[in-house]
Amino acid sequence: MKLKVISGIGLLMAILLYSCQSDDQIILARYYSIGSIIYQNKCQNCHGKDGQGLSALMPALTDSVYLIANKAILPCIVKYGLKGKLLIINKKPFEGDMPAMDMSPIEIAEVLTYITNSFGNKMGIVTAQMIDDDLTKCK
Amino acid sequence: MKKLIAAIVIILTYSACKFNAGQTALPIYGNRTPVTKTIDGKTVTDTVYQTIPGFKTVNQYGDSITNKSLDGNIYVADFFFTTCPSICPIMHRNMLNVYDAFKAEKDIKIISYSIDPKHDSVAILKKYADKLGVTGNTWWLLQGKKEDIYKLSESYLVTKPQEDAKQLFIHDGYFILVDKQKRIRGTYDGTLPEQVTKLIVDIKTLKAEPDQINGK
Repeated sequence: MKLKVISGIGLLMAILLYSCQSDDQIILARYYSIGSIIYQNKCQNCHGKDGQGLSALMPALTDSVYLIANKAILPCIVKYGLKGKLLIINKKPFEGDMPAMDMSPIEIAEVLTYITNSFGNKMGIVTAQMIDDDLTKCK
Repeated sequence: MKKLIAAIVIILTYSACKFNAGQTALPIYGNRTPVTKTIDGKTVTDTVYQTIPGFKTVNQYGDSITNKSLDGNIYVADFFFTTCPSICPIMHRNMLNVYDAFKAEKDIKIISYSIDPKHDSVAILKKYADKLGVTGNTWWLLQGKKEDIYKLSESYLVTKPQEDAKQLFIHDGYFILVDKQKRIRGTYDGTLPEQVTKLIVDIKTLKAEPDQINGK
């Protein structure tokens, strides 16, 4: 009996806590879950289920230092791809091509929210507004 | 009486599950034809199995590789191209597990035929192998004549590659296990890690078959 009451209260608290998430957290959760599906469809073949990459062919997405330092150019890389540019990821050089991904700013925001908050990264939400701004500065 | 029935049910269920546990030989795939010969006055019927026909290719080191180069080897084959954006990275991520499991064994090889030989030159294949982390002579990446490779794919029981409007290649991601007699002993979806785990187990099973131990 006692156990039931305690677990009942616990459940109620959990629901309360969940429903009291701030708007930001809810948007983050939504972007993250849609982003995970985009990732599966467009990124996972090369970058791997756990963002582990593939040997020296495909870079991993686990290098938080790189991702933080290059946050503003990530949308450009996703949208326009890369051709023969040298990247140093996890202290290893990568030089191959990445194909351009035909995605809308909102999709880029979602997939980058997923990537930059998975695989050991924790960079918070990427909004469509941020993507719009960053895309105007692509070289 | 009830107890007896229950006991029988338990025994039957148990034995039903054990049915395949003792499997020591892999099936042989492909067409087969009976051949009747007369040996010492007796009529003997033998089965001739489909085998992988001859081919001429070059590997990532520039060495000429033919069907003969694989004599005395159990091998796994697949079809890929280095600029493949879709399933090839998954296939070779999984194939690396096979490579790591058998790279120390002399009579087991992996061969990947490029279906885009126009782009995938020896130099490109070498670079790809280096980046993949493949060294030595366990895993060969092969360049051959496109028509020959496409024709050969039929002998491996995979779908013949096709080119779509964008000049990309459509192909399936199978890994094919071939024994020392060049017969097909298994096909696996190279894009699924669990299928590739099964392939590794099957290679060990195959290696232990008497035909393979004595195989030439």
